[in-house]
Parts: sequence; C-alpha cells; structure tokens
Amino acid sequence: MITAAVQEREHYLNASYGIKSWLLTKDHKRIGLLYLATITLFFFLGGAFATLIRIELLTPQGDLVSSETYNKLFTMHGVTMIFFFLIPSIPATLGNFFLPMMIGARDLAFPRLNLLSWYLLVVGGLFSLFAMLAGGVDTGWTFYTPYSTSYSNTWVIATAVGIFIAGFSSILTGLNFIVTIHRMRAPGMTWFRMPLFVWAHYATSLIQVLGTPVLAVTLLLVLCERLFHIGIFDPALGGDPVLFQHLFWFYSHPAVYIMILPAMGVVSEIISTFSRKPIFGYGFVAFSSVSIAVLGFLVWGHHMFVSTQSVYAGMVFSFLSYFVAIPSAIKVFNWTATLYKGSISFATPMLYAFGFIGLFTMGGLTGLFLACLGIDVHVTDTYFVVAHFHYIMVGGAIMGFLGGLHFWWPKMTGRMYPEGWAKLSALTIFLGFNLTFFPQFILGYLGMPRRYHVYPEEFQVLHVLSTAGASVLAVGYMIPMIYLIWSLRYGQIAVANPWGATGLEWKTASPPPLHNFDETPIVTHEAYDYTTVMEEVIEVG
Amino acid sequence: MANQAHEETLALREQFDTEAQQKDASTLGMWIFLVTEIMFFGGMFLAYTIYRSTYPEIFAVCSSSLNVYIGAANTVVLLCSSFTMVLAVRSAQLGRQRAIVFNLILTLALGFVFLGVKAYEWNEKFVEHHIPGPGFHFEGIAQQGPAQLFFSLYFAMTGLHALHMLIGGGILTWLIIRTKQGAFTAEYMTPVDVAGLYWHFVDIIWIFLFPLLYLIDRHLK
Repeated sequence: MITAAVQEREHYLNASYGIKSWLLTKDHKRIGLLYLATITLFFFLGGAFATLIRIELLTPQGDLVSSETYNKLFTMHGVTMIFFFLIPSIPATLGNFFLPMMIGARDLAFPRLNLLSWYLLVVGGLFSLFAMLAGGVDTGWTFYTPYSTSYSNTWVIATAVGIFIAGFSSILTGLNFIVTIHRMRAPGMTWFRMPLFVWAHYATSLIQVLGTPVLAVTLLLVLCERLFHIGIFDPALGGDPVLFQHLFWFYSHPAVYIMILPAMGVVSEIISTFSRKPIFGYGFVAFSSVSIAVLGFLVWGHHMFVSTQSVYAGMVFSFLSYFVAIPSAIKVFNWTATLYKGSISFATPMLYAFGFIGLFTMGGLTGLFLACLGIDVHVTDTYFVVAHFHYIMVGGAIMGFLGGLHFWWPKMTGRMYPEGWAKLSALTIFLGFNLTFFPQFILGYLGMPRRYHVYPEEFQVLHVLSTAGASVLAVGYMIPMIYLIWSLRYGQIAVANPWGATGLEWKTASPPPLHNFDETPIVTHEAYDYTTVMEEVIEVG
Repeated sequence: MANQAHEETLALREQFDTEAQQKDASTLGMWIFLVTEIMFFGGMFLAYTIYRSTYPEIFAVCSSSLNVYIGAANTVVLLCSSFTMVLAVRSAQLGRQRAIVFNLILTLALGFVFLGVKAYEWNEKFVEHHIPGPGFHFEGIAQQGPAQLFFSLYFAMTGLHALHMLIGGGILTWLIIRTKQGAFTAEYMTPVDVAGLYWHFVDIIWIFLFPLLYLIDRHLK
C-alpha cells in the first residue's frame, strides 16, 4: 500500500524519464546526482592509483613498477583526487542538492549555468583521463616549474588543460551559490537563520571565485611556457620558477579549505541533529567559516619555507598560519559544547561526524607543527606532510562527505540505507584510515621522503602497516558503494523527516517534488529550533 | 504564495518570484564574474610587476619600441566603443529596438577596428624579430632574456585581452540577432545590460594595459 502511494506521488525522480531528461536537466537536484556519479567514478580511479602505490611500497625495493611509473602513479592519484573528486565533492553534490532547499528556494539562481558547470567538469575530466590513458603525467600534482615546463616528457599539456576547464566548473558553481544565497532566500530566511551548512558553502564559494582564476592563469602561463618558451618561469631568460610556486599556492592552499569547509558545514548539521540541540555559538561558527576563507589567502608561503622565499616572509607566513588554528578550534570546541547535555544518538552520520572531529583535530594540530619554521624544515617533503594532509583531506573531507551522504540519502532517494552495514563501514573506514596514515607520521619524522618508491629496510614495518590499513580502508569504501546502490531498490521507504531534523529540506517530501516545496516556506524561527520540530512530529503523529 | 504561480518567460524564469529579483540576480552574477576576471588577469599583472621591478631599464627600453601613437589611437577607439555600448543600453531601457541594433553594430565595428589595429601592431613585431622564441632579437641590449620577457608579457597580456574582445564580439553578435527577433523590451533588457558591464570591463583592462606597456618611463627619454 505504502509503495503504491509513493509511486503515485510525482517527485523530481519520476517527473520525467529518459537519458535526455537527465543530460539536459536544469533541476539542481538531478545535477547534484550527475555530479555524484561523476565524482564517484573519479574517486575509485584515484583509489586505484593509490592501491598501486601502496602495493609497491610493501617492499623496500622497486619491484612492482619503475621509478618513472611510480612518479606517474602519485601524480595521477593527486590530480584525480584533488581536482576531480575533492574540490567538487561536497559543494557540487550535496551543496547543489541542498543549498537551495535549505534556504527555501526552487532552484539555484542560474540553473543552466549549473548544468554547464557539470559539463565543464566532465570535459576537463576527459582531458585528464586522456592524458592518463595516453601515457600519464609525472610532475606531481603541483606541476613545479621548470620541470613541468622544460623537462618533463609526459602529458603535461593535456592534464593542465583538463584542470583549467574543470576550474571553470568550480568558479561557476561558486558564483551560482553566492548569487543564490544573496538573492534567493525564502521570506523570513535572514542571514542569521541560515543553517551553518549554507554559511560554510558561502565561505567556500568565496574561495572558489577568488582563488580558482589565479590557478587558471597560472596554468595558462605554464602552457605558454611549455609551448612557446616565453620565459616567465625560465631562469635562463631571467624568469623566476619560484613565481610559479607563489601563484600555484595562492590558489592551492585556499583549495584545501574548499575541501574542508563544506565538510565542516555537514558536521554542524549532523552534530546538531543527533544531539537534538542548536549549535553552541552559532554566530561564532558561522563567522569562523568566513574567517578561515579569508585567512586561507594569507598563508600560502608556508608551502615554500625551503624555497628561495625570504626568511622574513617565511616568518610572517608562519605567524599567519598559526592564526588559522583559531577559527578551526572555535568550530571543534563549539561542536563539543553542543554535545554537552545533548540527547545523543549514534546513528551512522553521527559516527562519521565524530570521526571527522577526531581526525580533523589530529590533522589540524600536526598542521601547527608544519607552520612552525624550524620543524617544517626538518619534515619538508617527508611522509609527515603526506600524513598531515591526508588527515585533513581524507580524514576530514571524505568523512564529512560520507557522513553527509548518509544523512541526506533518505531525502535524495526516498530510501533508507541499512543502518547495521553503514555503522560497520563507518567503523571500518575510521580504523583503516588510522592504520594507513598514522604510521606515516612516524615514517616522515624518521626521515622517509615522499615521492620515492625505494626506501631503507628499517622503514618496511611501518610501510607494511600502512598498506595493511589501506586494504582495510578500501574495503570500508566498497561497503557503502554496494549497500547504497542496493538501498535504491530494496531500502526501507524514507519518511519526510526520518531524523527529526530542523532544516527546511526536511519539511518537504522524500524525495522532494520537482520544485522542492509545494508552497514557498515562510521562515519564522532561528536554525536548529527543536521545539517546533517536536510539535510538528507530535502533530503528524 | 503558491509555488508554481507563474509561467516561465524570459523576464521571469521559474526559479524567481519577481522580475526585479531576476534582474538583481543576473547583475550580481555578472559583477561576481568580473571579480573572477580581475583575479584571472591579476596573475599576469603580478608577473609584470615583479619583472618590471627586477629589470626596470630593459623594460623601459623595450617599452619605448612600441608605437605609442597607434596605441593611443586604439585607446580612443575602444573608449568610443564603450560610449556606443552605453547608448545601446540606454536605447534598450527606452525600448527602442532599432537604436539598440544600430549602437550594437557600431560597438562591434569599433571593437573590430581595435582588433585590426592590434593585429597590425603584432605583425610589426614579427617583422622586427620581437616575437619571443629562438628568432628573438632586440637591438642594442646586452641581456636578450629580460627583453624577451617584456615581449612575452606584452603578447600574453594583449593576447588575453584580445581573446576577451573576441568573446565580447560573439556576445554582441548574439545580442544583435536576439534584438532583431524582438527579445528585448523596456521591461526586459537584462542581457544587454550585463553584456554592457562585460564590455566596459574589457575596456578597463586596456586602460591599465596601455600605460603599463606603452608608457614606461617615457619622460626619461
């Protein structure tokens, strides 16, 4: 009976059928799903490269791949994961789907631009994919000059063009979000009634809009240098290769916050929902997102402490880098304070949120080691750095992504995921992740450099531990892949608000109707007001 | 307020509630896009600033080899095109379709005059061997490398600017066709308005490029 009723109701998934209705859709919800499929493919592609890297590192000798191939593997792992998975991950999927719903809008401000953004990501992805299939690229994801411009004999141009195009996808998504948040809010949805997820995306969009064009022009100059030898980064003509590093990190450091800020937004939603309390210090958490975005533009030089950068610049960058700890700590402490005396339930999204807090804290604190000039010189380009940024990007961003995916899965698909399997996979991922990357902190501190596939024998135990952890992690990522697809058909039917959450997205049916709401909502309360939700739940019964 | 209260029109897409909201959103979107453009050009302006301060004399000498009169004349052409663009926007506000088309064609023509003059200047550089690359040679300078850097930046910056002019030309052509089809009225002329913003922005970039590339330390000569 229930199934029959659900099939009759028109929603965004059954409003129209056929491949054209997806490829030409202007619906932000469908575009979100298109992104989800695309980035999942890139995630498993990047994961395959990581698997080969970890298998090679099982032994101290280079017995699986040659040095050249190894260089290509870590480059393509980085390029795929950063530009084609992490950057679009939460904003383009969950953000695309839920940002308009959370502010009570029918769609983003520019739906056609939104579809174009997806196509740009796909075209950019195809360029990079072509480069990988044709023979790969070996510069590292950082494309440092003059190696990338004058010496590398691999597919630098095709990869750079791919990233350039995908960058415009990111720029246009950010632009769309900013205009939407400014101009599309429902009546009564004031700035300080917006969910923190929306604030986090506003901050992220600022970085996308201000940072990505700089990466674009940098890649353009690399292309000109490689094609026409114009000399901008070539010391032989009086150019400066370090200028490339400045321009590159001016984008690529804030890019880390493109990856982590949306995850922080997700965690705020989850922590509030599953402790049934408004986020402690809402205003502080909202502004900490914006201040992370602003500070993020002032710290790029901490990637260049051992370059020719002046030591005084290094001191200033070091000092400013410490400042990022303040808004980050504000978030962690406020989430913890939200839990205090909360009515906590340990559903899967909450497990991911807890995982995020723990791993992000470790990643953040080791970031302080790296912001410190003296220690950084010791551990530059070692596995300590590798471990640090994986704690932020994998432990932080991917935990946030998976937490959000589980949290909103019922809304997106109208089906519940299997809770037991989901908890098991969350636990597997947490354990597998720590086993993979914690040993790398020790490796790096002992002096194991990154980007080498041959290493002294005394490092083997730690490398074996790390590879064992990676296998566990891989299993952890496969389980949700399987049960989420399974749940599309066999999952329990989801009600409109299965978690008793407060956001506007929960006030409409699951899955949502084509235009999100049957009537434009009028907002009368602050975000995370659980008294009204309880009343509604009691009314509905 | 019902959710699907209105049929979709050009002036009121289905995601908006009012026409004013749509116009506001489009204008804000274009302004943000122009901010991204400033950051995009910014990378090249930064490179220019660094190398000019590293090699001030060489940059001054190379700069004085550019033809300042042609550059100045071209600046006037571009400023006139901005004026006709403003006239097109004003005609659109008043709903005078033929005046829109007339002014847009004038703008387009002036844009092509600018690009034509630019092409002539680039060709001169070919003749003078001032194209960065193996054949580069600049008379009377010991350090050929930094001289080449100046011309690399010259071509990169004016080239990127010309590319934006070409894109602008495409937009103007589209606007002319749409105006002839009667798409724009006094009530709905947002595309003309935001295209105007873009065109002026490309102009302003040139206003910065002209003195930076053509007028360096000319008073010292």
